[in-house]
Amino acid sequence: MSKAEHRKLRTLVVDDEDLARQVLRELLGAHPEIEVIAECRNGLEAVKAFAEHKPDLLFLDVQMPKLTGFDVLELIGAETPVIFVTAYDEYAMKAFEVHAVDYLLKPVGKERLASALQRVKARPPEKVLAASELAAAARPAGQFAERLVVKDGTRVTLIPVGKLDFAEAQDDYVALASEGKKHLKQQTIASLEAALDPRLFVRIHRSYIVNLERVARIEPYGKESRVAVLASGIKLPVSRAGYARLQTLLEERS
Amino acid sequence: MATVMAERRKAPAVRVPKLAWIPIAIVLVPSLFTLGHISWLSALLLGIPLSLFSLFIPLAAGYVCRFSPSGRDRWWSSALTHLVAALLLSFLWRLIATPFARALSFIPQLYGLDKQFAQDAWIIYFVGCIVYSLSAAFHYVAFAQDAARQVELKAVETSMLARDAELRALRAQINPHFLFNSLNSISALTSVDGARAREMCLLLADFLRLTLGMGEKSVIPFSEELALLEKFLAIEKVRFGERLRMTESIEEGARQCLIPALLLQPLLENAVSHGIASMADGGTIHLEARVQAGRLGIVVENDRDDEAPSRRRNGVGLKNVRSRLEARYGREASLRTEAAEDRFRVSMSLPAEYAETR
Repeated sequence: MSKAEHRKLRTLVVDDEDLARQVLRELLGAHPEIEVIAECRNGLEAVKAFAEHKPDLLFLDVQMPKLTGFDVLELIGAETPVIFVTAYDEYAMKAFEVHAVDYLLKPVGKERLASALQRVKARPPEKVLAASELAAAARPAGQFAERLVVKDGTRVTLIPVGKLDFAEAQDDYVALASEGKKHLKQQTIASLEAALDPRLFVRIHRSYIVNLERVARIEPYGKESRVAVLASGIKLPVSRAGYARLQTLLEERS
Repeated sequence: MATVMAERRKAPAVRVPKLAWIPIAIVLVPSLFTLGHISWLSALLLGIPLSLFSLFIPLAAGYVCRFSPSGRDRWWSSALTHLVAALLLSFLWRLIATPFARALSFIPQLYGLDKQFAQDAWIIYFVGCIVYSLSAAFHYVAFAQDAARQVELKAVETSMLARDAELRALRAQINPHFLFNSLNSISALTSVDGARAREMCLLLADFLRLTLGMGEKSVIPFSEELALLEKFLAIEKVRFGERLRMTESIEEGARQCLIPALLLQPLLENAVSHGIASMADGGTIHLEARVQAGRLGIVVENDRDDEAPSRRRNGVGLKNVRSRLEARYGREASLRTEAAEDRFRVSMSLPAEYAETR
């Protein structure tokens, strides 16, 4: 017997239904290498419990109050293996297939659970999955994010996209400006751009996405460049390509 | 009166082929030659350009036909309209013909054509009226064919819409998410509470039996729909426990009203999946029904969390309910939704119908 099999996998079970958690706990009882350290009834609890316990494995329901399973994954990062649990969600299932993420279908059976656990144990730990890509793949075509989730320590903030003024790329992060505050999130600006409705948000610059409704006017700046002046007075640089995108969008709207 | 456009159907298109001048010329040229005192050459040189300029007659005839469709006005009123139109158009044709004849008479060989033509101008009226009558007849036939085609298309369209609605209704009844979640609950209950697991199985079986049975009927008493909703909520209650709360206020008189089968079930399902399921501490669904002034008013209201992640199938159930109401009652029924920050409300009003009156 190898060492790994003796170490217990500290596991978090996240589902908003009592019975669904119960059935998982019961089935996991047959696996001595699993230790359920906490159960969470929604995504917020899960993010908190994750920060507190640093579990080795998560069982995540997809549809939950407050935060979905995808939101949770986005917030906790991708180092910990996650097994999604869902009843029936064709888009989510497709996303799991595409990104080779483990998932269980309700009702959960013990054989299927055993094989999922086997895979988790066999998987090299460096496997990293991009949560935002997974969430994007689970969105039906033509649907865009309605809100953005940001974690600040253990505090989770939900920003409805209508309240996002602009986003600024900062190395591996994006700073989301909303209601006078800036929230840092680990995400590339390109994947944020893909999640936002292109009729409402424009990439005006390599490092900036702006909410079209916030733009008061465009002013020339220097010889060839321009700045977008927001209603709040903030000025953002506009690249030449960004200006072209802005113009086509404004033409489409009028 | 013909000016009242009561028909909602699109007016038929008036079409005149450009080559229609050829048959007109075939009638006009020999008429000019045989009936009048005009030579073959003059008849040809005058008749062909005149035929080319005569296409406004069949065109105008088409519009007159459209203006006065067959079978709507009394025959003499229709006939009078056509007679006036035919004379007027022929007069116009003649007005065009006179300068032509004069121009041609400048050619030495055709000298005096204008004077001859002035004598024989009645031939223009004669041929004009023939052209007009034939065109009108053609247009009436074409319009009748058009109308028949439209009716056929409409029939196909309606039957397709009806089948579509039926299929969607069927799919809405058995939402896979609901089914799989219920099975998961049963699977959890088997080991902790066998009796409740059995109870849940029975509830689910009853629910499925009722929905399948209802699919065949178009309308059912409201009380039957309520019985189904109770089963549905009892099943969801097992899943959500204390999180799902329900209040209802159903007027006795409303229970006997007939409503389309499974009209409310999708709304209750929405209330659970978009409302209750999105709230960590759950919420209340309120159902209300009353009869007032011959109309049945139904309200489904639920708590919700407007920060909640949006669920899929959003609006499918609602759209389905709306189109079923429209299909059955037309403008007699209305459906309204109000979304406040923490409540969602669907209210509908439909004619109160009872089994006895039908």
